[in-house]
Amino acid sequence: MSPHGNPEEPASAAAEIKHEAPKASPAPAPEDHHGGNVWPLWEVFVRSSRGLSHVHAGSLHAPDAAMALRNARDLYTRRNEGVSIWVVPADAIASSDPDAKGAFFESPQGKDYRHATYYTKSEGVKHL
Amino acid sequence: MAAQNLQSVPDQPAAPQEANAGQGQGQLEADGQAYFDRVMADDSRIEPKDWMPAAYRKTLLRQISQHAHSEIIGMQPEANWISRAPSLKRKAILMAKVQDEAGHGLYLYSAAETLGQSRDQMMDDLIAGKARYSSIFNYPALTWADMGAIGWLVDGAAICNQVPLCRASYGPYGRAMVRICKEESFHQRQGFEILLELSNGTPAQKQMAQDAVNRWYAPALMMFGPPDDDSPNSKQSMAWNIKRFSNDELRSRFVGMMVEQVRVLGLTLPDSEVRFNEDTRKWEHGPLDWNEFKEVLAGRGPCNSQRLERRRQAHDDGAWVREAAASYAAKQVNKQKEYAA
Repeated sequence: MSPHGNPEEPASAAAEIKHEAPKASPAPAPEDHHGGNVWPLWEVFVRSSRGLSHVHAGSLHAPDAAMALRNARDLYTRRNEGVSIWVVPADAIASSDPDAKGAFFESPQGKDYRHATYYTKSEGVKHL
Repeated sequence: MAAQNLQSVPDQPAAPQEANAGQGQGQLEADGQAYFDRVMADDSRIEPKDWMPAAYRKTLLRQISQHAHSEIIGMQPEANWISRAPSLKRKAILMAKVQDEAGHGLYLYSAAETLGQSRDQMMDDLIAGKARYSSIFNYPALTWADMGAIGWLVDGAAICNQVPLCRASYGPYGRAMVRICKEESFHQRQGFEILLELSNGTPAQKQMAQDAVNRWYAPALMMFGPPDDDSPNSKQSMAWNIKRFSNDELRSRFVGMMVEQVRVLGLTLPDSEVRFNEDTRKWEHGPLDWNEFKEVLAGRGPCNSQRLERRRQAHDDGAWVREAAASYAAKQVNKQKEYAA
């Protein structure tokens, strides 16, 4: 591959895709000894100050959204870490499959020309 | 802490699975192992949905859940002193610290949950006496000076142990440790200040501080775990990039730091054999009573039954709150359904 990547060349070789781990050992499902009475899992996103986006801080269990928000405040903002909190039921989040990341994120690979650093001839020219 | 639970979201149907459907389970395992080995070699991170060896998962689950239990049980020796702290400021500080310990426990339970065990199950194991936690919390906190010694020595040893864990190969564990370490440094400083004030106080106060240091020193050194030649799991944990330094290495570093700090306190370490070995460039300490360590771990320490009983009681006392919250949540859901209908 040329130093800047050749856009004509497929970015992910077949070998690279093979590197992705197969799902041979799925995590065992959580055991439930509480008669299905387990509080749902919530993902917590905290905005640390005005003008910034909410960032994932962690997760917690709570019976409903109101409790999840209160618990999130106590758990993730004990030191003024936030000015706003989102809580989202974990099972409402769709995620990309980590095993398929080679194929899924293939498109930008080798397309260095999407970055300003690809264009070197203008080096030294001011305000560019 | 972090995105770990984002990965615990139920899997989307994935194309590669279909592609692999023709392959045998053995091939899948081999590919997974090769991927895992490469992550280890690159010193990269394993995330919850990645393939991992069963033993790696088991080791992490044991370590993280024990760590979580230690934070939760660790609330007790200090909570014991909240009502008797010598000033309103000290009470407020102690409450903040105990609240932090609860938070640390929750971060760690979340990390452990990504490995496939529910928090309720871990709680049940703790209450049933099936799970272990750090032996240090089975020692009693006898005087106010113990709040100082626990903060300075116990939290100090914990920080020494936990800073390298921020780079543990399992992503969720490392992220939980980053958050915990940030908060833990206040714990050690406040402990140091308690001891410093007592040390600069009346002769009786200074004696109380020295007595607390005398009692907590050896148990704190034992927090790093058995000596390297008697720690069978250490090697594997280091090969898996979970542990970065051996028990003895961390213990020696910790002793070196304490030697410096105890001088500022105007107190002494109860160990006449502490010395810097010029040949190995390491700090050495006197012998530790590893039989006592094993006894305490096996449940025969001064406070084991008291700690577990208290945890059980707190769990039972909180049952009505959990039930009320769950039934309120269910009611609200039903109301919304009726409204929508």
